[in-house]
Formats: sequence, C-alpha cells, structure tokens
Amino acid sequence: MDAASQLLKQWSDHLQRLCQEGFLDDQFLQLKQLQDEDNPKFVVEVVSLFFDDSEKLLSNMAKALEEKVVDFKQVDAYVHQFKGSSASIGALRLKNGCINFRNYCETQNKEGCLRCLQQLKQECYVLKDNLKALFMLEQQYVAAGGSISKLS
Amino acid sequence: MDPCNCIEPQWPADELLMKYQYISDFFIALAYFSIPLELIYFVKKSAVFPYRWVLVQFGAFIVLCGATHLINLWTFGMHSRTVAVVMTTAKALTAAVSCATALMLVHIIPDLLSVKTRELFLKNKAAELDREMGLIRTQEETGRHVRMLTHEIRSTLDRHTILKTTLVELGRTLALEECALWMPTRTGLELQLSYTLRQHNPVGYTVPIHLPVINQVFSSNRAVKISPNSPVARLRPFAGKYVPGEVVAVRVPLLHLSNFQINDWPELSTKRYALMVLMLPSDSARQWHVHELELVEVVADQVAVALSHAAILEESMRARDLLMEQNVALDLARREAETAIRARNDFLAVMNHEMRTPMHAIIALSSLLQETELSPEQRLMVEMILKSSNLLATLINDVLDLSRLEDGSLQLEKGTFNLHSVFKEVFNLIKPVASVNKLLVTLNLASDMPVYAVGDEKRLMQTILNVSGNAIKFSKEGSISIAAFVIKSESLREYRNAEFFPVPSDGHFYLCVQVKDMGSGISPQDIPKLFTKFTQTQPLATRNSGGSGLGLAICKRFVNLMDGHIWIESEGLGKGCTASFIVKLGFPERHNETKLLFVPKVQANHVQTNFAGLKVLVLDDNGVSRSVTKGLLMHLGCNVTTVGSSDECIRVVSQEHKVVFMDVSMDCYEVASHIRERFGKRHERPLVVALTGNTDKATKENCIRFGLDGVILKPVSVDKMRNVLAELLEHRVLFEAM
Repeated sequence: MDAASQLLKQWSDHLQRLCQEGFLDDQFLQLKQLQDEDNPKFVVEVVSLFFDDSEKLLSNMAKALEEKVVDFKQVDAYVHQFKGSSASIGALRLKNGCINFRNYCETQNKEGCLRCLQQLKQECYVLKDNLKALFMLEQQYVAAGGSISKLS
Repeated sequence: MDPCNCIEPQWPADELLMKYQYISDFFIALAYFSIPLELIYFVKKSAVFPYRWVLVQFGAFIVLCGATHLINLWTFGMHSRTVAVVMTTAKALTAAVSCATALMLVHIIPDLLSVKTRELFLKNKAAELDREMGLIRTQEETGRHVRMLTHEIRSTLDRHTILKTTLVELGRTLALEECALWMPTRTGLELQLSYTLRQHNPVGYTVPIHLPVINQVFSSNRAVKISPNSPVARLRPFAGKYVPGEVVAVRVPLLHLSNFQINDWPELSTKRYALMVLMLPSDSARQWHVHELELVEVVADQVAVALSHAAILEESMRARDLLMEQNVALDLARREAETAIRARNDFLAVMNHEMRTPMHAIIALSSLLQETELSPEQRLMVEMILKSSNLLATLINDVLDLSRLEDGSLQLEKGTFNLHSVFKEVFNLIKPVASVNKLLVTLNLASDMPVYAVGDEKRLMQTILNVSGNAIKFSKEGSISIAAFVIKSESLREYRNAEFFPVPSDGHFYLCVQVKDMGSGISPQDIPKLFTKFTQTQPLATRNSGGSGLGLAICKRFVNLMDGHIWIESEGLGKGCTASFIVKLGFPERHNETKLLFVPKVQANHVQTNFAGLKVLVLDDNGVSRSVTKGLLMHLGCNVTTVGSSDECIRVVSQEHKVVFMDVSMDCYEVASHIRERFGKRHERPLVVALTGNTDKATKENCIRFGLDGVILKPVSVDKMRNVLAELLEHRVLFEAM
C-alpha cells in the first residue's frame, strides 16, 4: 500500500514537526494513545471541543478587556481556564502564552494583556490550521486503507 | 626674910639639884613646844593626813604640857598667887586634854596599825603584779616569736625551705646550740637525720624508730625533755669536757592528703611523725622554760600544717602535669585514630565498589549460566560457584554494614510494619533449610503482641534471621523454637543489667524474641566472645557451613541501636543454647488521617491492569480537561461518569463510585468533606483524589487537611493513571486493616 505508507510518512513527519516546533507536547501523544477501537474519534472530538471552548474563552477575555474598568481577576480566571484546556490537549505554545498573560493580569497591565490576547488568538489559529491538516492526512490515510493502529 | 607658913623644904635648897631641874624643865618645855611646830611643819608638807583634829588635840596636849613645865620654872622660887593660879589652870587643862587624848588614842591606834597592815598587803600585791607582768611580757614575746616563725614557715610552699626555715628561726629565737630534724624513712622503721642547723650536710644517721625515748616523745604532743646522751641527741662528736645543755624533743605530725576527711578532723593515731630535737647551748646553765617549751610545741604544729600544705601542692602540681601529658597523648591518639578511620573509610568505600562490581558480574553470569544447557558435573560446579559467590557477596555486605555501624553512620529506618508478617516471613525462609537438616521449627507469637509496630523492619528481620540461622547452623538434630512476646512494664526490671536499662514509656514497648535450639551448645567461657567480630568458637575443620563470625556482632549493633539487649545462654557443650534479644519498638499512631498518596515511583511488578467496570466519577469544570480525563479512564476500562459542577457531583455521587477524580480548582475540598460525612467508613465510600497542576505545598496541605485520599499532578499519562489506580485500590486494603 504505497499511498498509505506515503501518507503515513507524511502524517508522521507533520506530527514530528509540530512537536519539534513546540506546538504540541507529550500530552498530545498521550491523547493519541487513548484512541483505540472503542474510541476511534477521541482525539478529534477532544480537539474540536477545545477549539470551541477556546473561542468562547477568547471572546470573553476580549470583552472583559474592553471594559472601562477592567476586572483583571475575571480575565485571570478565563486565562486560567484556557491554560488548563491547552495543557490538557498538549498545546504547548498556548499554554506558555497563558502563563505570560497571567503575569500581565497580576500586574494589571492592560496593554500587556491585550497584546497577549492577540498573541493567543494568533497561536490558536495557527494550531487550528495545523491540526486540521493533521486530521486531513489521517482521514486520507484511513481512506487509503491504512490501519489506525499505526497512527499511535 | 619673913617666916612663912609654907612648908619649908626638908633639906636646904640644894643649888645644884635646883639648877638641874630648872634646866631640864626648860628643855622639856622647849621640846614640848617644838614638837607641835615640827608636826605642823611636816603635816603641812604632806598632802594626806586624815587626823588633823587629832593633831590639834595632841598639839594642845603637848603645848599645855610644855606650858606646865615652863610655868614650873617660876615655881622654883617664890612665886606669887597669880603664878600659882596660872600653874593650876595650866595643869588642869593639861589634865583634861591628856585624858581626852588618852581616850582618843584608844580609837586611833588600831586604825593606824591597820594602815600599816594595808600597806604591807599592797606592797605584796604590787610585787605579785610585777611578777605577772613579767610573765605576760614573756608570753607576748613568745607569741611574737611564734607568729614571726609561722610567717616565715608559711611564706613558702617548698618543703625543704619550710623545714630549714623552722630550724633557723627556732635556733635564733631560742638561741639554741643545735636543732635537728629526724624524718621517718620510706619503710617507716627508722628515723633518718634530715636537717640540722649547724651542720650543712648531715651524714645519713639513722636510728630505729622503736626506741623507748622516741616512743615517749611520739606518744605525747608536748615537748619532752630527753637525755643528752640519747641517740637522737648525740649529733656532734663528743668533744670532751663540756656539760651538754638540756635537750628537748617534740613530735611533728606528717599529715597526708588521705588523712583529711570531710566530716571529721584527721585521726592522729595512724600517723607518721618526724622528730625535732633542740639543744640548749652547753656550759650555759640555761634551762628550758615553760614558755619556751610551749613555743616549741606550737611551732611543731605549724610546721606540720605547712608541710601538709606543701605536700598537697606538690601532689596537685604532679597531678596537673600528669594530666597535661595525658591530654597531649590523648589528643595525638585521637588524631591518629581519626586519620586511621578516614583511611579505613576511604579504603572501604573504594574496595566496596571495586569488590561488588566483579561479584555482581560473577553472580549474574553464573546464574545465567545455570539457565543454559549443562552436563550434571558442570551444573554441580556452577552451583558451587554460585553458592560461594553468594556467600562472598554477603560477607562484603556484612563488612560494609559493620563498618557503617561502628562509625555510627548507620541509622535505623523507622517505619510502620506488620510485626506478625515479619516473623511469618522468617519462618517461611528458614523452614526449608531446617527441613533439609531434619530440624523441626516452631513459631510461637504471644497473643498480646501488637500486629503493627514502628521500627526498622529490614534490620529487625535481619536480626531474627541471623539468630535463627545460627540456631539451625549449629544444630544437627532436634527442634528449634522461636518465641516472641511483649515484656510487661512490671517485668522490665528483671531484664536490667549493667548495659541495658529499659524504661517503660507510653509510646513504646519492648519485644523479646527467644530462639532455643538443642544443638551443639556453647561452653561458658566462649559466651563473652560470641559478640566480638571475626571470632569463631569452633576450629575451622569442624565448621561445615559458612559464617564469617560477623553475624552476631552485627546483630548486637542493630539491637543496641534499637535500645535493646542481646544475650546467649547455654548450659554447656552439647546442651543446646538459647539466644534472646530485646528491642524497643514503637506503637503505630492510631488516628484517622490517611497517608497522602503522591504518585509513587513506577512499580513494575504487581500492577493491576484490569480495572474493568470500575465506576469512577470525574469532576472538572473545564470541558477539555474533563473529556481528556474521561478518555484516559475509559481507555483503562473504567466506567466513567463526568460532572461539570460541585453541586452536580454531590447529586450524582453514590456508593457505587469507587473513585472520584476532581480538579482542584473546584470547591473540591467541600465536596470531599461532604463525601466523607455522607459515606462514613473508608472502605465503603468512594476514594477522593485531586487532580492539580500546582506543585505547591499549600495545595498538598489542604488536601491532607480535608481528608482527601490522594493528589495527582497533571499532566497524567496513561501509565501514571494506571499506577495510581492500582495503588489506590491496593492500599485501600491496607487502610482497612488500620
């Protein structure tokens, strides 16, 4: 199955690149391990859940920061949530971005917060694109007849 | 010439007789008149004369007498009537005064006489006082001399100077010809001439101490006069014709440090004395006066005191010098010992490693070799190699252990462990060996022995194993019995001896273990050697088993570290022996706080991998985390329910859930308390475990405080979760037993 093994290689390279560039860390790989026959779509489900969640959180953060008097505690709470989610799926860069964001919240630096928010949004989009690509490759591979077990 | 009727003198006036009478009367009158004048003159001169009125009376009497005699002058010739009247008046007055005077004298004369007596008395008194004054003066002089002498004697602490000064000063004060001091010799049987005043180098005269004259002097504390011919007094060659002066001898007590008790003064009975002999100058006819003798006695006492002070000082100086020397020597020894210990430790550390590496290789490879195809002979050989190398490995371990024990660098690892299971394990270990030797082993644990104890499990087991092993080793037949019991506080005293002093205390108990065997026994003289390193009680040829001789030494160290005592009793060779030891163990703490379970290191051996159907509840408000955790647990086969809020959790949680995982950012502490209250006993309620990304102490402490059963650090991998579940489920069993 040449196409399949090629796709597999592509997929695996992509994943490796993502890991090396720090987009994803070990946690993501752990999630991959949880995917089995009983739960074939586990990772996709979790990732989609994540992005929905993150959209909500990011817009909440933006709204909070637009207020005249910014409630930094509230913002901090949102960031904390976001950090937790990012950590859960292994989104390393997002997680680190959140740490920075939290520091600015602590010092009540609105400028810094806005900048961080922008960064997070940016990163989110990038990750989303990357993961979409990864999943597409997966689907193609499966369609080409590759076995799911090799994707671990 | 008228013829007169007056009586004519019988004979014719003899002119001469008349003349003489006339003159006598005249002189009498003169004398009588001058007496009062003299009296007045002298009385005026004297200051004290008590009887003035007597004088007046006496004067009057005398004057009148004189007047009478004077008037008598005119009566020799013819005299007129006036003269006669005057004469008569005078005579009458005189008579009156005389009588008065006579009467008065009766009173006066006794007084005057007593005055005289008093005068005599006073004179005597004055003489007596003079004498006493002289005596006091001499005494005071003596005292001054003594003080001066004492001062001289006590101004030095050097024995020789003291004695020399004494002699010199005494000689000077008393103007002696010779003064000598005889000291007792070391044997105490002789007196040796040690110091003299005049001769500078006394030749070593000695006299035996039991001469009667010496005994006489020694028996009293007074200065005793002795004969100049006695051997102690014959100090100079007899020069011929002089009369030797009087000689006095006195004893000088030589006080020893040991004579001074705190409570009573030194007894003078068991004493050594020196003899001081003093000789007055010959040919001087001087005699020893009492005050001089007293002086000598006092000086002798003072000398004794001064000598004892000097002796004490010498003693303490000597002791101090000795101590300093010892100190220096000890310091040197200590430094040498330290160097030696350091060298030995370095050596051991290096050798330990060096020795273990090849040992390891040998053991590993031989055991591998055993697994391969071998001929029976080869197999036998490999087995021997394995056995010997195991023994060697044990020896190396023992040596290292012992050196660490001796350094004091070994510390017991205290932990709670199951005491009963320790004994069971030992029993299981030695039973096969014993049955090979056809020995019967019985284990007897007292019913009051607590199941759990706090102490060093590994080393306790090592000790029991060693002792039991010895019992088996040295028994060829019969049975071995191992008994363990707790010593009651009342009986603790029976076990006390010089090295072991058990004290009952609340948190600890003393466990006594006795291993009896019917084997070869030990002879009583070997028993003390048993616990010393590297000694064997049997000659090498008869030993049929390994044993470095270190085992009991190590056991003793372990037992001592556990505040205990180990000993062996044996009736003799062939009569078996009983090895017993007592160790102090603690009671485990009995409270409901669970041990917080931080995820332990990976335990490869007994991980339960099948959690099929295990009902768990996951509480997390973060959707992503929730689904990740759910996925994780489902992957491991659990039946997972998820809740997004603490209220929902409280609603949903039930007895069926075995574990509740909650993210720590929730009000998880309240949920945990709720669960604990609601479900009561630990073995029935769900275990509550927190998931947190925080590694700080506060989180952990809060978890402990609210009674959570565990804390897990995110991120959680599959393996980690697997181990966590395994630990939780396994240790729950352990908790139950508490």
